[in-house]
Amino acid sequence: MLESSWPLLSLLIWLPILGGVVVLALGDDREELGRIVALGTAALTFLFSLGLITGFQSGTAAMQFVELRSWVEALNVNYHVGVDGISMPLVVLTTFSTLLVMIASWRRVTVKPAMFQACFLMLNGIMVGVFSALDAILFYVFFEVMLVPMFLLIGIWGGANRIYATIKFFLYTFIGSVMMLVALVYLQFQAGGSFHILDFYGLDLPLNAQIWLFLAFLLAFAIKVPMWPVHTWLPDAHVQAPTGGSVILAAIMLKIGGYGFVRFSLPVVPEASMTLDWLMIALSLIAVVYIGLVAMMQQDMKKLIAYSSIAHMGFVTLGFFVIFAIADRTGGSGMLLALEGGMVQMISHGFISAAMFLCVGVLYDRMHTREIADYGGVAHRMPVFAGFFVLFAMANAGLPGTSGFVGEFMVILAAFQANFWYAFAAATTLILGAAYTLWMVRRVMYGEVANDEVAKLEDVDRRELTVLAVLAAAVLWLGLYPAPLIEIMEPSLENLLEIVAAGL
Amino acid sequence: MTTADAFETPDLMLALPEIWLLAMACLVLVVDLFSKDRDHTPAFWLTQFALVSTALITINVQWGVDATTFSGTYVADAFGTILKVAALGLGFLGFAYSRDYMRDRGLLTGEFYILSLFAILGMLVTISAHNLLTLYLGVELMSLCFYALVAMDRDSPRASEAAMKYFVLGALASGMLLYGMSMLYGTTGSLDLATIREAAATLEDNRILFLFGLVFMVVGVAFKFGAVPFHMWVPDVYHGAPTPVTLMIATASKVAAVGLFLRLIGEGLEPLIADWQQMIALLAVLSLLVGNTVALVQTNIKRMLAYSTFNHMGFIFMGLLAGAPGGYGAAVFYAVTYAMTVAAAFGIVLLLSRKNFEADQLTDFRGLNERSPLYAFIMLLLMISLTGIPGTVGFYAKWLVLKATVEAGFVWLAVLAVVGAVVGAFYYLRIVRLMYFDKPEGVGPQPTGSGGFRAVLTVNGLAVLALGLFPGALVAICMAAFAP
Repeated sequence: MLESSWPLLSLLIWLPILGGVVVLALGDDREELGRIVALGTAALTFLFSLGLITGFQSGTAAMQFVELRSWVEALNVNYHVGVDGISMPLVVLTTFSTLLVMIASWRRVTVKPAMFQACFLMLNGIMVGVFSALDAILFYVFFEVMLVPMFLLIGIWGGANRIYATIKFFLYTFIGSVMMLVALVYLQFQAGGSFHILDFYGLDLPLNAQIWLFLAFLLAFAIKVPMWPVHTWLPDAHVQAPTGGSVILAAIMLKIGGYGFVRFSLPVVPEASMTLDWLMIALSLIAVVYIGLVAMMQQDMKKLIAYSSIAHMGFVTLGFFVIFAIADRTGGSGMLLALEGGMVQMISHGFISAAMFLCVGVLYDRMHTREIADYGGVAHRMPVFAGFFVLFAMANAGLPGTSGFVGEFMVILAAFQANFWYAFAAATTLILGAAYTLWMVRRVMYGEVANDEVAKLEDVDRRELTVLAVLAAAVLWLGLYPAPLIEIMEPSLENLLEIVAAGL
Repeated sequence: MTTADAFETPDLMLALPEIWLLAMACLVLVVDLFSKDRDHTPAFWLTQFALVSTALITINVQWGVDATTFSGTYVADAFGTILKVAALGLGFLGFAYSRDYMRDRGLLTGEFYILSLFAILGMLVTISAHNLLTLYLGVELMSLCFYALVAMDRDSPRASEAAMKYFVLGALASGMLLYGMSMLYGTTGSLDLATIREAAATLEDNRILFLFGLVFMVVGVAFKFGAVPFHMWVPDVYHGAPTPVTLMIATASKVAAVGLFLRLIGEGLEPLIADWQQMIALLAVLSLLVGNTVALVQTNIKRMLAYSTFNHMGFIFMGLLAGAPGGYGAAVFYAVTYAMTVAAAFGIVLLLSRKNFEADQLTDFRGLNERSPLYAFIMLLLMISLTGIPGTVGFYAKWLVLKATVEAGFVWLAVLAVVGAVVGAFYYLRIVRLMYFDKPEGVGPQPTGSGGFRAVLTVNGLAVLALGLFPGALVAICMAAFAP
């Protein structure tokens, strides 16, 4: 394990939280100063997080930037953080998305702006904590505490039906996580009192216990991802959340579910994962196909993107759990490809969904409606914006050259080695995704200018342009040259496969 | 010692906390009698001084000690110290929060302080009892004072009804307890808990009678806890009693109930753990299920907190039935931190109440964030702590209990409990929702209260956060108290 010479991860966790407290203390009276502090904190956090990339040793699967301090000594709970190739990109994605949200919502929020920004900053720190926690209880603390700022974000700044949506969101995710708490307590008991997550790996648990643990983890993470049939909170939460909230929700919170599967389910209970892989594959394919069809019928742009998120996250879970079927068929080759595909898909979806929600936000700020039917011919009035919108829509549909293609293609390719029909069902996304996204683009962007409101639209300003251009660059970079990302992840994923194989 | 009848001079120093508190209570009685102050200011300050000084004496005299005195009828030990300090501290909070409220309603009398002090003395005696009669004496002293306190607002029909109900059911519970004790005495011929414990380990002929006694005592204890199905008095008493009295009953008396359980059943009947574990498990299950479901539909916050108490009592029972050091430590931690959190919640209710106005409807919390961001935030902390969200102390309490339960092999009970916690999340979140998302009808109640009240309440609320971030010391103390 590689110790850190100075506490970079702690900085990434606590700097934004502290910044949030400062912004809250400044209050709404000193709004402008608070805003600058908030943006500054987010920018600084992002800059520091780049240190993770430069300082990362990509040839090893060991945890890096590790910090270990005793926290609750009587219970053997430690403040133990560190990242490997799986979590490091997600940490950077978190700080990156928060910075974008800060820029995108600059001066957009007039109700309680201080609290709004503070919520985002605190979320940033908490989510970095989720990805970097190596102590199960620390992980749980961050995992759960994350709900509180999000609950307030949706409930205070959300749309008309926000209260219903936020309570649904909270209760859904809470029921998932408390089951995980019981699982973690049980694991700690089995692991001889240690809460170190890596100590949970390779425990010799009977299959019966493994299956219960797997189901507990499944409930927690499937709700977060979300997988069919526990996805129903997501469209509500997304539609009601303010733009920034939707971005964080889609770009990062959903990834926490995926991350949980690779950090807990696969390595801790490999035998149960193998036994129940049919269930996971089935649920993933239902998400891809059925939710794809559902997305097509949506009248609300945010809802459409929310459903498309569920469909795309189906690829992540498919990639993670198809490995056992691949191993059956080929004896091992292709497993790594599946895991990498799932991981790349997570990062890529982080960029694309953020971009899509921000685009809807740009339109919503001007028109105050998300109904597709209220738009038409926007491209005539907003040509620059239309360019970006189409690019992101293409990426969402999985066009080669964009990041959306890479992950999906890798997963489909890997799925072929497991079973033709898995791959076939997954590949329908290329048609369905194209159908629902491009149909939306056509109805919103093209055609005649639909009404007077649209005729008055103005193109993106410099602030919006910056945000969209940065995301476009990210989408294209990952689409054309994903090698550096894969290089970072590969040793850790190989190591994961070894742990899984050893546990079978 | 030559014979059992030989007179030993008891070690009075060991029982100094109770002796001191008794003396102070009498002093308050006399001082208040001669004081002309209409607000009973001397009584207030003397009472607070009595509580603080007794707590300090308890720590000095009893922490780290494990000894009996008065011929084995009184015991001082580590967990007793924790519970006593908690009870005294909760009394301190109760008095600090209640002054304005009681004055506004013409209830601020000397009797309020004296009865409360004697109730707290009863708790201390219960916690330190090592003999069935001492135990009963402590329980009755506490209960009788509470009956009177509930009825203090004698012009209120609701308070009178609550007091009547509390008295009748409480007397029934005491009867059960006493009847169980008589069976124990009948089989063992002793009132001493140590002797009973030895007898319980080697039961032969009298086993059935002994177990009958156990059942009666569990029922009596469950009454005092307010555990389902012996809970009927709780909502009415919480609702009907003046809020400061509700605060005392909801917090300090629960701590004392834990002491009662640990002395009588945990210590005295420890060899029969296999027998009472199942009974307690049943009580825990019923408490978890019933409390939560009914709390969902309450519109009065005092009633809501009453029904949600059952859920928390369920958790405490889970800790208690896990036995061993871990379970008892978890139960004590849970009881102490739960009581602290609920005390602050009632403090907020008192803060929002004014003359002729009780802020006890849920709707009174609408838009609190607009009127008072600080107290809305504190209420948010309290609610998420009661829900069990990390970052607040309620999480550690729940987790310690779950840990003990799982380690004792009751995984199903742990699962049931966390499902209960999710149901609980719904009604606790409703308060957060009202405070943060809703607009008040009209202006809504403003925070009132003196500076001292507000300061204590703020510290109390933030302590929930501070202990949630750094629970280490308190956890260590609670666990050390039961370490073999």
